[in-house]
Amino acid sequence: MRVLNKQEAISRRGFLTGAGGMALITASGAVLSPSQGWAVEVKALKPETMATLIQMARDIYPHDRLADKFYAKAVKTHDETAAKDSAHKQLIEDGVAYIDSRTEVRHKVAGYRALGWEADRAAMLRLIEDQAFFQALRGGLVVGLYNQKEIWPMFGYEGASADQGGYIERGFDDLDWV
Amino acid sequence: MAAPYELSDDSVVVVIGSGAGGGTLGNELAQKGIDTVILEAGGRHEFTDFINDEWGSFGQLAWLDNRTTSGDWRVSRDFPNLPAWIVKAVGGSTTHWAGASLRFQEHELRVLSEYGAVEGANLLDWPITLADLEPYYDKAEKKMRVTRTHDLPGLPGNNNYKIMEAGAKKLGYKEVHTGRMAINSVDDDRPMCQQSGFCFQGCKFSAKWSTLYTEIPEGEETGKLEVRANAHVLKIEHDDSGKVSGVVYADKDGNQHRQAARAVCVAGNSIESPRMLLNSASSQFPDGLANSSGQVGKNYMRHMTGSVYAVFDKPVNFYRGTTMAGIISDEARNNPKRGFVGGYEMETLALGLPFMAAFLNPGAWGREFTAALDMYDHMAGMWIVGEDMPQESNAISLHDELKDAHGMPIPNVHFTDHPNDVAMRNHAYGQGSAVYDAVGATATYPTPPYPSTHNLGTNRMSAKPEDGVVNKFGQTHDIANLFISDGSQFTTGAAENPTLTIVTLAIRQADYIAEQMSQGAI
Ligand SMILES: Cc1cc2nc3c(=O)[nH]c(=O)nc-3n(C[C@H](O)[C@H](O)[C@H](O)COP(=O)(O)OP(=O)(O)OC[C@H]3O[C@@H](n4cnc5c(N)ncnc54)[C@H](O)[C@@H]3O)c2cc1C
Repeated sequence: MRVLNKQEAISRRGFLTGAGGMALITASGAVLSPSQGWAVEVKALKPETMATLIQMARDIYPHDRLADKFYAKAVKTHDETAAKDSAHKQLIEDGVAYIDSRTEVRHKVAGYRALGWEADRAAMLRLIEDQAFFQALRGGLVVGLYNQKEIWPMFGYEGASADQGGYIERGFDDLDWV
Repeated sequence: MAAPYELSDDSVVVVIGSGAGGGTLGNELAQKGIDTVILEAGGRHEFTDFINDEWGSFGQLAWLDNRTTSGDWRVSRDFPNLPAWIVKAVGGSTTHWAGASLRFQEHELRVLSEYGAVEGANLLDWPITLADLEPYYDKAEKKMRVTRTHDLPGLPGNNNYKIMEAGAKKLGYKEVHTGRMAINSVDDDRPMCQQSGFCFQGCKFSAKWSTLYTEIPEGEETGKLEVRANAHVLKIEHDDSGKVSGVVYADKDGNQHRQAARAVCVAGNSIESPRMLLNSASSQFPDGLANSSGQVGKNYMRHMTGSVYAVFDKPVNFYRGTTMAGIISDEARNNPKRGFVGGYEMETLALGLPFMAAFLNPGAWGREFTAALDMYDHMAGMWIVGEDMPQESNAISLHDELKDAHGMPIPNVHFTDHPNDVAMRNHAYGQGSAVYDAVGATATYPTPPYPSTHNLGTNRMSAKPEDGVVNKFGQTHDIANLFISDGSQFTTGAAENPTLTIVTLAIRQADYIAEQMSQGAI
């Protein structure tokens, strides 16, 4: 069978430096990951808020093979919308502030991102899953994350095929194990 | 050679919609030398313009005008403004469709007699029999080049099919093959299937039948058919004698025009067709056109549907190849011992990653959900499609407040499953999972129905005028020169995908319209 190489085709430097994908916030107001080599400029939202959104995005749709930059790209639209729409800005800032404070009360740590286990963070999100903030975040991710063509190969999906003549010569019936 | 007709030309037959029903009817009428104007709300995108990208194609072709929903169906919660996945473009939903083309079973045209009364269901026998349809089914299958009919070979099975077939055989199912598909299995003036895997996005090879590049250009070539794209019909008008006399439509700039007509054939699919009739209410017809029975918009059916996706320890790559060329028909017969009347088909189905994320379990999130998606390339999948019960309360109605860009009330789509639908779906989930378990699935997912691709029944056919909207030729009981030419004519839904029958009825209707015209009856 023709199967895909699911490794991301990028420089291996990010993996060699070892450190996990913990995002940093710079004084100039960007969120960046030195180990993975990406950064997001933040225009309207607080950089801390953006960092929390990135973590939440991963906790909502956790795919361990996907680097943070894909989640960052998926939630960046909230910053763009917030820049144009103050109600959206408030929805996002209030949503993050609310969950940070609930987390502090319940877990005695400094907000959502400081909570170490995904299961604990997901439990915090369950508390607000019917609220507009969560709905906006999750709803936007369905297209914002999964419609990024760069991630498709990591799931084994090849995308457009007509330009390559379809799959008639490229494995539409190459399954050999049943 | 497309014939342009004057707006004032009242000798033309106006067909509203260019999909399976309207596109076919328009061509058939033109072939008989009848001057025909198809008014189509959407634009014209030739097959070379199609996009091999799920959301990109959806944006290009889907009907995105606002609609609302109500009722207990989960679509109303997950996709409150997208009750149906259908198309607004020349070619209608035959651009997006998968091509599965099955005849009704004989008993499915007389289900009230066969099943008896079912509580809560508005069952009725069709006023026609399978024998009435058979000669027209032959014509439709030849026109659409349906595989495994009229000596055409079947399509080859893809990876997804191989899994389904192996599982089905282990369970002892007998009627298992790569389907009767309106997709070329041999080259002719259109190429054979290139296994691109994007049937739902419009076939870029034109191997799949669509009115866009078959019926419509054939009709245009006669010089007797004009297809006017970006012409969104708002209202059908009538004269003092109660005959329809023309239609009012908006062009792409929103300017309104009136096309005169000798007869009007409505084929806007089962949400828009009743909406147009209801929006055409007048002092003479205060409940909308052709609605003396009160059945316009009622008995909305969408088939009992669902999907079963299964994960295996080895790769499948089910997105490669024809989307729906695989079927198990053993459960399609009526066998009330299973706890429900009617039957269902199991058909292979694959979605790309973006749609899988949106439709596998809408609203779900967290590691349980992503664990499934992480196995995307190890998945196989099937769609289950069966007969649902017509219920009078499942209905298209006009929204009390919301209006579209042209000031017309938008449609609300109300739907709640009948207990028979629920029992059938649960049975199908069980059997579908068993098919995959038989070949070693490590997980199976009973996936809820998508926004409706099969929309039926909202202008139903009946022997008696008080029971339905149209007679056995799709002519409205109330207005002799007003016809319904799409799936909204269906009295009941049967287990089979509807389009072959929609095309069959359109060919038959064209004969009848020509006859009525030559007799001067319309
Ligand atoms: C993804 C998908 C897969 C499918 N697969 C299958 C399958 O395998 N087998 C099968 O049998 N069926 C399948 N179907 C269903 C099939 O597409 C429909 O049954 C069929 O196209 C319906 O024909 P129709 O003429 O009723 O409506 P359509 O084909 O939807 O055509 C209606 C046309 O009317 C136009 N229109 C609506 N309102 C107006 C107005 N006011 N003014 C002007 N024009 C208007 C619309 O823009 C549209 O072009 C599928 C559908 C989808 C979406």
